[in-house]
Amino acid sequence: MITIENLTKCYGAATVVDGVSMQIPRNSLTVIVGTSGSGKSTLLRMVNRLVEPTSGRVLLDGSDTRAQPPHLLRRRIGYAIQGHGLFPHRTVAENIATVPRLLGWDAARIAARVSELLEAFALEPAAFAGQFPHQLSGGQQQRVGVARALAAGPQLLLMDEPFGALDPIIRAKAQDDLLDIRRRFGTTIVLVTHDMDEAFRLGDHVAVMSGGRMLQYGPPAELLTRPADPLVSRMTGLADRAMRLLSLSTAGEAALPGTVDGPEVAASATLRDVLSELMWRGVDAARVTDANGTARGHLTVAAILARGRP
Amino acid sequence: MRVPGVAGVARAAAFVLLVAFLIWPQRFAPLFAPLTQYGAPPIYDQGNLLTLALAQLGTVCCAALASTVVAVGLGILVTRPSGAEFLPLSRTLVNIGQTFPPVAVLAVAVPLVGFGLKPTLIALFAYGLLPIFENTLVGLRTCPPAVLEAASGMGMSARQRLMSVELPLAMPLILEGIRVSLVISVGTATIGSTVAAKGLGEVIIAGLLSNNSAFILQGALVTGLMAVLLYGSLAGLERRFCRTVRTD
Ligand SMILES: Nc1ncnc2c1ncn2[C@@H]1O[C@H](COP(=O)(O)OP(=O)(O)O)[C@@H](O)[C@H]1O
Ligand SMILES: [Mg+2]
Repeated sequence: MITIENLTKCYGAATVVDGVSMQIPRNSLTVIVGTSGSGKSTLLRMVNRLVEPTSGRVLLDGSDTRAQPPHLLRRRIGYAIQGHGLFPHRTVAENIATVPRLLGWDAARIAARVSELLEAFALEPAAFAGQFPHQLSGGQQQRVGVARALAAGPQLLLMDEPFGALDPIIRAKAQDDLLDIRRRFGTTIVLVTHDMDEAFRLGDHVAVMSGGRMLQYGPPAELLTRPADPLVSRMTGLADRAMRLLSLSTAGEAALPGTVDGPEVAASATLRDVLSELMWRGVDAARVTDANGTARGHLTVAAILARGRP
Repeated sequence: MRVPGVAGVARAAAFVLLVAFLIWPQRFAPLFAPLTQYGAPPIYDQGNLLTLALAQLGTVCCAALASTVVAVGLGILVTRPSGAEFLPLSRTLVNIGQTFPPVAVLAVAVPLVGFGLKPTLIALFAYGLLPIFENTLVGLRTCPPAVLEAASGMGMSARQRLMSVELPLAMPLILEGIRVSLVISVGTATIGSTVAAKGLGEVIIAGLLSNNSAFILQGALVTGLMAVLLYGSLAGLERRFCRTVRTD
């Protein structure tokens, strides 16, 4: 859906994004991860043309982003940033209505959409619509920021360190919510973070950047099992790469046929969690069941350990 | 109903007093009589005080309106990427307007535009630019960067961003600048009478010429009360219209 071709950005003599090319499939959640100053934000901002590339181009569904004026392009692309950037002089409802208003929706349609979004983000419309951003908690502000970005139903949502300002517990909740929202609205998401755990937790594709270059781009497991560059394995962490790998598959995916005596684990649990559970209980097999209680097979410690190897 | 505070009560009382004095000045004659000598009139009798006060207020408002348009316009211009190069020049011009004494501006303006209202308007206009310009600048420059980035990222054009985000956020500071400018102007406007603009300066000058302290006091008191009331009521207006809350 998004094709990035040889994108480069220079500021004076400094090349901050250096010849990046990538294909981002529709409905994927792609995470761009890298150390601070590696050019992630600049890359993201070239997609919605908040930054104009020095060379290279971006295609959305095959059409060049330069084909229309930048502000019109941006109304089609959601954008959520660290520290939310809510308008302090506007209510929650007015903030969320920003893009629909720019697009000239009628009042009834805007009101319906605002209510729908507030509900989707677990913010009771009657209580929150008329509040001002400073009256909300950090987590609520962040949710309103994402709701605002999704207001006009964009196909594509760009997020620049959206959870960077949240404390760990609220951040974990916000990450879960994002996965829900994505399922619900079917939006393609490109998210920038410097947090490798966040990248592995959220991304079905992960792109690793360093010094303006894209070192590797692929499914998260591939970064662990086939790192393209020593820097990639350094960044993903050598010490716990086996555990990271286990956290990428679920019990349901790894389950072996047949049943055993042992504790019950959910099919949606990660192998890392199942292993931890088995160690804790001191047993070496578990039954896998899905949400309805239907048996899905079994797992053994040996089978799990085999999955933690490249 | 909001209960007015002490300041509100004092302001209301000052307003009633001012209006009463302007409408029925003769009723206050006994108060001013002790200041006069040799049976001179205790209340200014060469013109209508109310007319003079309104004329002065009108002059001040016209000049402030012009200062506001120019100062806010310049402030917007020099905070745009395309206008940034005009910042030093604008600053210099506005500063000259403030440092050049209004009396000197009158002296320069009279040969060019003649006596009366025009030179006074020019002097007040120049004198009132600085507070509005500086406050506009600070207001526009201190908009939180994340908010501006979000506005652009949502797809607002530069103009939409200015009108619906930057100016509303800068508004409390801009209004404060206008308020300061207006109050300075009300006092300064009395010098307009030296070049035959209608205003309360007339009363003060008449008092100086005829050695009548009562006139001087009347002119000064009415001017002072107008300034104080203007300041207070504009502050009230600001609070009512600016629901802006700067969080960061
Ligand atoms: N407008 C700019 N002018 C000059 N240098 C910039 C500008 N924007 C970003 N940079 C530089 O580009 C590099 C990459 O920035 P950025 O894309 O924000 O990195 P990241 O988001 O990965 O932390 C940094 O070294 C930064 O200083
Ligand atoms: Mg960044």
